Parts: sequence; C-alpha cells; structure tokens
Amino acid sequence: MSVEANVEEITSVTSEIIQELQSLEGPMLPILNEIQDHFGFVPQDSLPVIADKLNLSKAEVHGVVSFYHDYRSEPAGDHVVKICRAEACQSMGVNELSEKLLSLLGIGWGETSDNGKVTVEATYCLGLCACAPAAMVDGKLVARLDDAKIEALAKEVSQ
Amino acid sequence: MTTKIFISQDSAAVALGADDVASAIANTNSDIQIIRTGSRGMIWLEPMVEVETDQGRTAYGPVNADDVASLIDAGMFEGKQDHALSLGLTEEIPFFKKQTRLVFQRCGVTDPLSIEDYKANDGLKGLQNALAKTPNDVVAQITESGLRGRGGAGFPTGIKWKTVLEAQSDQKYIVCNADEGDSGTFADRMIMEGDPFVLIEGMIIAGHAVGATKGYIYLRSEYPDAGIILNKAIQIAKDEGILGLSVLGSGYPFDIEVRIGAGAYVCGEETSLLESLEGKRGIVRAKPPLPAHKGFMGKPTVVNNVISLASVPIVMDKGAKFYADFGMGRSRGTMPIQIAGNVKHGGLFEAAFGMSLGEIVDEIAGGTHSGRQVRAVQVGGPLGAYFPRDLFDTPFDYEEFAAKDGLIGHAGIVVFDDTVDMLAQARFAMEFCAIESCGKCTPCRIGSTRGVEVADNIKNGVGAEEQIEILTDLCNTMKFGSLCALGGFTPYPVMSALTHFPEDFFPEQQVQAAE
Ligand SMILES: Cc1cc2nc3c(=O)[nH]c(=O)nc-3n(C[C@H](O)[C@H](O)[C@H](O)COP(=O)(O)O)c2cc1C
Ligand code: SF4
Ligand code: FES
Repeated sequence: MSVEANVEEITSVTSEIIQELQSLEGPMLPILNEIQDHFGFVPQDSLPVIADKLNLSKAEVHGVVSFYHDYRSEPAGDHVVKICRAEACQSMGVNELSEKLLSLLGIGWGETSDNGKVTVEATYCLGLCACAPAAMVDGKLVARLDDAKIEALAKEVSQ
Repeated sequence: MTTKIFISQDSAAVALGADDVASAIANTNSDIQIIRTGSRGMIWLEPMVEVETDQGRTAYGPVNADDVASLIDAGMFEGKQDHALSLGLTEEIPFFKKQTRLVFQRCGVTDPLSIEDYKANDGLKGLQNALAKTPNDVVAQITESGLRGRGGAGFPTGIKWKTVLEAQSDQKYIVCNADEGDSGTFADRMIMEGDPFVLIEGMIIAGHAVGATKGYIYLRSEYPDAGIILNKAIQIAKDEGILGLSVLGSGYPFDIEVRIGAGAYVCGEETSLLESLEGKRGIVRAKPPLPAHKGFMGKPTVVNNVISLASVPIVMDKGAKFYADFGMGRSRGTMPIQIAGNVKHGGLFEAAFGMSLGEIVDEIAGGTHSGRQVRAVQVGGPLGAYFPRDLFDTPFDYEEFAAKDGLIGHAGIVVFDDTVDMLAQARFAMEFCAIESCGKCTPCRIGSTRGVEVADNIKNGVGAEEQIEILTDLCNTMKFGSLCALGGFTPYPVMSALTHFPEDFFPEQQVQAAE
C-alpha cells in the first residue's frame, strides 16, 4: 500500500493531485484522500504544498489532517486490519476477539508489527452490524468473526 | 429457457461470501443468468440465492460455496424445495412478509444499476409528478405526508424545505447526509448499494422543490462499495438525461457529486458535515444561522438523511395521504428498522411506526443469537438509551421513545444478551464521546474523559456511592452544556444503564441492602 518517496516526489505528486482537484468546491478532503490513497499516509512534506496552493497556513492544513481519524502520519504495514469496536460488534464478543488478534500479533491498537507486515486499527461501525463482529482487511469486508477466523486472519497477515 | 438466479451484492452478503457463491454457481456452466441485486435485508440468511419460478422467486440460504453442488442436485435451478437450505418463496418468509416495504420496495429485487429495472418498478414516477408541479406544491405534499428526518432528530422534512425555498439566493444546495455512523445502523448503506436511483431521484425532487441545482452526497469512508455504486448510478443518470442540464427534458438543471469523508463520527452532525465538505475540520457550528439559511459555502442548504430523501419519491408517486396513512401519532409512514447485534434474525425490517420494541426483539428478531436471555437493547445508536425488558411495551414512535428517556434515532436496535456488563457499556459511551468529540465544548471534551475515569473507579470499587454521584453530575453538565447531541446525548446510554441496571454499578451487598 505505502510507497517510499523522497521530498521531490512527494511535492510533485501532491502538486499533480491538487491540480486535478483544486477546482472542486471544498477541495481539501478529496485532495487529502487522494494523497493517502497514493502514499498510504499523508506525508508531512505534502502539507506545505497544499497550504501554498490552497492559500492556507500550514497550521490550518495540519489542523485538518489531524482532525480526521483516517489520515495516517506514517506508512501502515503491508496489511491493514480495521476492526469494528462499536456496540453491535461488542454484543457479539469483538472485545475478546480483538484482544486475541492483538496478542497473536504482539501489537496494540493503532500499532504496526515490528516486521512491518500488519497494522491493526480500530473503527466504529462498518454497517455490518447484523452479521457482527466485523472487520475490514486490506479494504475487504469480513463478517461473523469467530476464534477460527481470527486465528486464520492472524496467520494470513503475518505472511 | 434460461433460469434467472438472483444473488445479493450488498456488502453484508459479500462479507459473508456471496461472491464465492456466485462464482461457484456461474462455474457450473448451466443455462442460467445470474443477476446481482441489493439485499432483501434478511442478513442471517445471506448469502441467499433466489431462483425465478412461475410462482415467484424461491430462496435458499445461508448458502456456502460448498453447498452449491448439492443444491443443484436437489433441483435448485428448477425451484425445488427439497434441500435443507430451502426457504420456500422469498416473499412468504415471515420476516419479509410482515414488512411494509415502501422505501425498500426494489431493494433485493432489481439490479441496482439497471435503469430499465428501475423504471419498470415505479422508478421516476415521483420525479415526473414533481416536475409537473410548482415547488410550493411539492413542498406542501411532503409536509402533508408527515415525513420527518430519518437521520435522528426527526425534524419535519417539508418545513425544512420550505425554509430553503423561501430563502433568496443565487445558489442553493441539497446535501445528502450519508455519514451513517451509528452502530447498529445500515439502512443508508443498503439503499445506496441496493437501489441508488431512488436516492438520486429523491435528491432531484428536493432540488426542484427548493430551487437548488447542485447536490452533494457526503459518504463515510467506511462504505467504499456504496461509493462505487453511487458514482456508477450518477453516470447512468447523466447518460439518461435524468441528471444534467435538463432533468427529464424539463429545462431544470441538477447535478450530484459524491464526497468521501475521512472517519469522524461527528461529521454526521449537519453543521460539522458542512464544515468538512468545505474542507475544514469538522467542528460543529453554532445555530443560528440554520443550514437552511447559511449552509454549504454560506448558501441556503437542505441537509437530509439518505432515507429521508429516499422516502420522497414514493410520497410524490403515491401521494401524501398514502404515505401518512401508515404509522401512529406524529410518526407517519414507515421506518426501516435495523435489527443488529446479538440477534437470531438480524437485518432490515421496514414497517409502519407503532410496533412495540418487544415485538421487534422477541418476535421479529427471534431473540438472541447466543440463545441466552435478552438483557438490554440499545436503540438509536451510540447516543441512544439502553432499554431493559420492562420497557419492551414501548411503541416504535418518536414521542413514545422520548417519553421513556430514549430515542429512535436512525432506528438501529442493538440487542445484548445476559452476559453484557452495563457498567462497561456506560464506560464505552463516555469513551466513544471522548474519541469523537469535535472539541468545541468543555463538558463534552473533558467531561467524557472524566466519565471514563469515574467508570473505572466504580469498577475498581472506589466508593461507588460517591462515584455514581459524580457520574450523574457529569451527565447533567454534559446534557446542558453541550452544543450538539454528541456531548448532549451521551448521558442517555450512561444514565439509562445506571437507572435500569444499577446492579452492574453497585457492589453486590449494596444492591441487596437497597432492595
Ligand atoms: C453527533 C451526531 C451525529 C450525527 N450523525 C448523523 C448521520 O450519520 N447521518 C444523518 O443522517 N444524520 C446524522 N445526525 C443528524 C444530523 O445532524 C441532521 O439532523 C440530519 O442530517 C438531518 O437530516 P434529516 O432531517 O433528513 O434527518 C447526527 C447528529 C449528531 C449530533
Ligand atoms: S457537544 Fe461535543 S461534539 Fe458537539 S459541538 Fe460540543 S464538543 Fe463538539
Ligand atoms: S457495530 Fe460493528 S459493524 Fe456496525
């Protein structure tokens, strides 16, 4: 998902994305979403470019980026697991299951494993509340998680 | 003759393996046509396979890819009902049969991206009627239908539209709130994935009614599939002349754009949403001014929930009275109730207002998935109250729920069995508020963090009496000192847990002493 990039590349990709989207009414989120899609996170070096092109202060841009849970400030692991921690999933035992996954992977919420293979993030509702517990693994939805599925998932994302 | 097979492509069905089932069936090389639909809403039966027969569609589910061979051997393609997974005629399944599907009439039946299917099943009739009327008459019809906002607050849709219609401006907007952040809710997702044209139609009617030419759908990032389908549907609508410079040749222009959020629950609050749409932090705005006067880019804006807008075409098609004849009291029409959590029969159940909570939980949902006793039901998302069995006679109605210190919200029902720890649920409500607070009000931002600490103290047995007093005080401060319902309503789940389930808060001996 994430790619290594140097300052020049970040600057030029960011500029291209801004160029493409700047004419929208309220272009900030579309731009940030596109940047995160491209790099897997929102690089610090993108912020001055955005500030410059959108006529904002760097602090304002930083304020927006840090407000939203989706935006990462550093690259995620090769795999990203987002587990729903909201009420419907709680009622079906997601707390125990996520503890299990985190301990199998040896990480905490929001952390990336030492080998860079996997990041586990919390999310609050994926709209799969009638077939809870639910998660999103590399953009793909999974439902009715149980012990066996968690074990298989831990294996899959460690490879 | 080629047999028609219907399999849902709804996110829930896909998460349960519908794509694998569809390819297993396709790979049999039979004389069949597979049509991917939305979901009928019986999520516990997904992946469900339906086969067209002379009597109607017959259903099989929940189907695993491994079941396909035996289903075919048992005559599935001929609609035979000899397999353990046979469900009979889809529309005779009690969960389905008991519903009144107005908004969801096509969901699960048609190909979501077939405009021919849409038209053949009453699509665009509402829009045609609306375009033949003056904006004033459209607004009057929506007002008469009694339709209230389905996003949570239950504000009369017609009155909101009237305010925007009467506002003078060179530019007005329709903003569809598709942020659906409440746990236990998925009606917006299901209609966007299963019948996107009905939302588009509703937005165009809203635009015509208030004089807006541009619509935005603010969609949460957790719903990627809905985004893909909406964008395709918008393109089709443009190609068909339904959107664009002259809607259905009427000379009235309207266009829609999808915008994706970035993971912030508070951005479902309408003014936070508008800030976010403008590209800022999603900080809640003080009202007034109302979005109807100064909304997106400072222009008059209708902000409506997906289901509110998707309810509009049927009102314009069948008339205000037709719609208003369903329901009770001041809650008119139907509500797609979303049954979730620890339930046997989870899914979407569209019904007229007025069913009791107990009927929904015990009869429709069939009790818990775990087979244990139902202990608590949270209605209306993370800001909704927890109801005990004692309140199961409460009818599903905005005012009746408010009278019991609860709310319907977006009509999500989350069921918990008797293993639930209500102190932990109260703690979570506070924690969620702390995580998602926009930070503008101190009671919400700081109070919620403090609430988590107090819950922990109670759990650790630190002077329960005193801690519970602090918790109650905190809730009062949040209730009265918060600008929006995130801080203002978090006390509902907390206080309802405390009021109805005190045994989870007090050490055992004290509860006994109090009895
Ligand atoms: C914290 C918070 C979150 C909200 N989330 C949503 C949401 O996800 N979807 C929604 O339609 N309304 C949500 N609302 C309600 C909106 O503020 C607003 O009332 C609604 O979009 C108006 O549309 P309606 O009249 O059609 O319901 C939320 C409100 C609050 C306070
Ligand atoms: S109550 Fe909370 S979320 Fe709402 S405006 Fe105040 S701080 Fe923001
Ligand atoms: S609460 Fe987990 S998917 Fe909705």
